[in-house]
Amino acid sequence: MAVLDILTYPDERLRQASDRVQRFDAALQARIDDLEETRKAGPGAVGIAAPQVGWFERVIIVDVSGRKKTRSHGHLILVNPEITEWDGFAMGREGCLSVPDYTGNVVRAERIRLRAQDRDGNDLAFDMDGFEARAVQHELDHLDGLLFLDRLVSRRQDLFQRKVYK
Amino acid sequence: MSDWYMLTLIGQDRPGIVAAVTKGLFEAGCNLGETSMLRLGNNFTIMMMVNSAAGPAALRTVLQPVVDDLELILHIDVIEAELHRRPVPDVRILVHGADRAGIVAQVTGQAAEAGLNILDLESDVGGTEMQPIYILQIEGLAAQGLDAIEQALAPLRAQGIKVDVVPIDTLIG
Repeated sequence: MAVLDILTYPDERLRQASDRVQRFDAALQARIDDLEETRKAGPGAVGIAAPQVGWFERVIIVDVSGRKKTRSHGHLILVNPEITEWDGFAMGREGCLSVPDYTGNVVRAERIRLRAQDRDGNDLAFDMDGFEARAVQHELDHLDGLLFLDRLVSRRQDLFQRKVYK
Repeated sequence: MSDWYMLTLIGQDRPGIVAAVTKGLFEAGCNLGETSMLRLGNNFTIMMMVNSAAGPAALRTVLQPVVDDLELILHIDVIEAELHRRPVPDVRILVHGADRAGIVAQVTGQAAEAGLNILDLESDVGGTEMQPIYILQIEGLAAQGLDAIEQALAPLRAQGIKVDVVPIDTLIG
């Protein structure tokens, strides 16, 4: 396994769309392992997408299980993920391994229904919300050549209902 | 990287202030860092980090035609740049209520004692002239945690001020 170099903006390769994974072979397993090594080597990243390491296939890893008071489905390796339903919206702050030293506010769906395959090609389906849903949406954007910078919203136009701290 | 200045420019708002100021700086070989440019009341206010090897006197000379033309007030200070060391806020405080003197002082005073370091604060006066409302938005670092700030600000609610203390959970992906 290896920790790979992270592409950083404005590298044009981050803007390209990635292809569906067709073959669930040993090469795919090795690349997934490297991707996970790279995520764990980063500063507290809860997710990573294959294009961030210059691999342009539709693979993301999300794991928000280490966070307090956060609903989660644990460590997820998601191949060919697709969001099939969106509901609600929430503003939250995001940063990115590919965009060092900047964080900004982004609106995401509060709840999503997700379809994907696991690393062996078996079908997966999830209903998720909150921070985990945000992480999946952030990573899935990478597969379509989008960064959170493309979705920044101004705090001055912050008219969104939020969860209030209790 | 030590030739950094904080330029403060203020003037009556009108179209073209930002364009004229930044064009002048660009043509003089200056480079901008972080900036804040916004309208406060009918005034346009600019605070910008400017990198220039030419020195403060030259900066003033460069901007003098724009300052004269647009009737701006210009102030220049030498600063340390410290770019690329941005703290990430972990708390947002939202306050609003009927406008009265002392809201900002009360909120920030209580919050500071509870460990708040303000990174960004903006406040507005809305409503009508007869019934003005005050809206305050703060982002900062809660050195003693959010509970401490929540408890420190809770008594203000009895005075008719709406106060929300909301965590900012920054996602890195």
